[in-house]
Amino acid sequence: MEATKEMRAVYAETLVRLGAADKNIVVLEADLMKATGTGPFAKAYPGRAINAGVAEANMVGIAAGMSTEGKIPFAATFACFASRRAYDQFFVSGNYAQLNVKLVGTDPGVCAAFNGGTHMPFEDLALMRAIPGLVIIEPSDPVSLAGLIEKAAAYRGCVYIRLQRKAAPTQYKEGGSFEFGKAKVLREGAPAGADAVIVALGALMVGEALKAADILAAEGKRIAVIDALSLKPLDEKLILEWARKTGKLVTCENHQKRGALGSAVAEALAESGVGCKFARIGVDDQFGEVGTQDWLAEHFHLTAPHIVAAIKGL
Amino acid sequence: MNASERAESESFAKEIRKLAIEMIGELGIGHIGGAMSIVEVLAVLYGKHLKADPRNPRASNRDRLVLSKGHAGPALYAVLAAKGFFPKSWLSTLNKGGTNLPSHCDRNKTPGIDMTTGSLGQGLSAACGIATALRIDGNPATVFAIIGDGESNEGQNWEAGMFAAHSKLSNIIAFTDYNKAQIDGTTDEILGLGSLAAKWAAFGWHSAEVDGHDVAAIDAAIAAAKAVKDKPSMIVLNTVKGKGCSFCEGQVGSHNMPVTKEMAAEAIAKLGA
Repeated sequence: MEATKEMRAVYAETLVRLGAADKNIVVLEADLMKATGTGPFAKAYPGRAINAGVAEANMVGIAAGMSTEGKIPFAATFACFASRRAYDQFFVSGNYAQLNVKLVGTDPGVCAAFNGGTHMPFEDLALMRAIPGLVIIEPSDPVSLAGLIEKAAAYRGCVYIRLQRKAAPTQYKEGGSFEFGKAKVLREGAPAGADAVIVALGALMVGEALKAADILAAEGKRIAVIDALSLKPLDEKLILEWARKTGKLVTCENHQKRGALGSAVAEALAESGVGCKFARIGVDDQFGEVGTQDWLAEHFHLTAPHIVAAIKGL
Repeated sequence: MNASERAESESFAKEIRKLAIEMIGELGIGHIGGAMSIVEVLAVLYGKHLKADPRNPRASNRDRLVLSKGHAGPALYAVLAAKGFFPKSWLSTLNKGGTNLPSHCDRNKTPGIDMTTGSLGQGLSAACGIATALRIDGNPATVFAIIGDGESNEGQNWEAGMFAAHSKLSNIIAFTDYNKAQIDGTTDEILGLGSLAAKWAAFGWHSAEVDGHDVAAIDAAIAAAKAVKDKPSMIVLNTVKGKGCSFCEGQVGSHNMPVTKEMAAEAIAKLGA
């Protein structure tokens, strides 16, 4: 389906909607309100949108302090800064303190495009995965985004949300339910079963996974596609079920292939004893660089033809 | 403060000092230097200015305290125990496995602790968040914060400083424990801070500098800070690391050091009745 609405607009709208019923929801920005698109929230609820300026560590600390008073803070910045710059603050003041900070990292992976290698987070999920008890989600479309933001607001505890700012094609029907720790099967492959399963995370890679499945379908192969949605907790049960069914599994993430989705799935597979051929699509231990998103996705071998090759290689 | 208020406050400070020395001596090691230097400010806060109910430590109308230099937990634990937030018997459990009194303040373990701290430089930001939330809620409570001088090396304090002034968070009254010593040396040797009072004033805060062991001066500074309605306040306390503890007063090495029961007993005896 055509991508129409920007994900960041959906993020802002969802918070405005939720913020009407729950006055405790507040928004924090580090001089990136224009980039995140939360202007509508600031307009609707002046006094509940806090701009900390270019001071991410302080922003996260403020969010933590606000949450001690019962506020539900959604603090956003580019994922590179959310994870690297404010890591100790999120770790100690947010998570170790058992507080309620919802940290939103925007422009994941190659989506950072022209901002280049300093702004290109290929490791934010790996860093976040190491924080005990943290919930980590990467919604893949506007519907899952709205659903998971709503869940995050209602949940008592820290959440890291990876947010693509640009529009993403709709994958889910309105009104569907989304849960932390629950992945969704987007394609089953065929009624009789599938030859391989792709587990993808995030809008970009879910899109590439579906393209790869289409390419292989044209060659008569039946490929299942699972949208992980939640990296931590990970829906190991569903993923292992499909690993067992197909015996061939490829993970896809807009991130280093070490440390996040690929690693989490590999850990589950190895410990489960399930016999399954396995490959990871992700950035291979490289820094980011400038380019269009499409050029970068190809440069880092994240695109559908690479996924197809990985499946054929199993 | 009149004479009898001063006497009462100094007596409370002595009680806190003794409990803190005893607690650290019981364990055998601890952050004694920086605990001793904040005893007077804690005595004045919990004796007079900080509204809190030991039977209801999270009451919404309480004043909040963020002890950003969280390693000075023992001093705060001594105060909280003296005030009845938890049994005095807890004090001998400092840092023991499974304790409710860890080395660094933990809001989930200890009644009376408003914010978890320990990674220096983060507490003032949390205080800004608390103050901002109180403003949104129309809650007139005050947020007190205590930061260290070594801690002031951390840039995040200054992010918070800009933010609090910009946001006119006059409900923040902060203190810097300027005991002139950090771990590897004096503050002048490691990273000179110059005039902290001037720095905070330049950041747009109401700023004052007092003898951090003079309860009346601290009291007057807090009263003056409370009257400031358009700026956060920073009261720089000129203090001595290890103050009042005979075996380590004035010593740089007192940040974290072994303390035997005998050393503790002698120091306590020297404080008199």
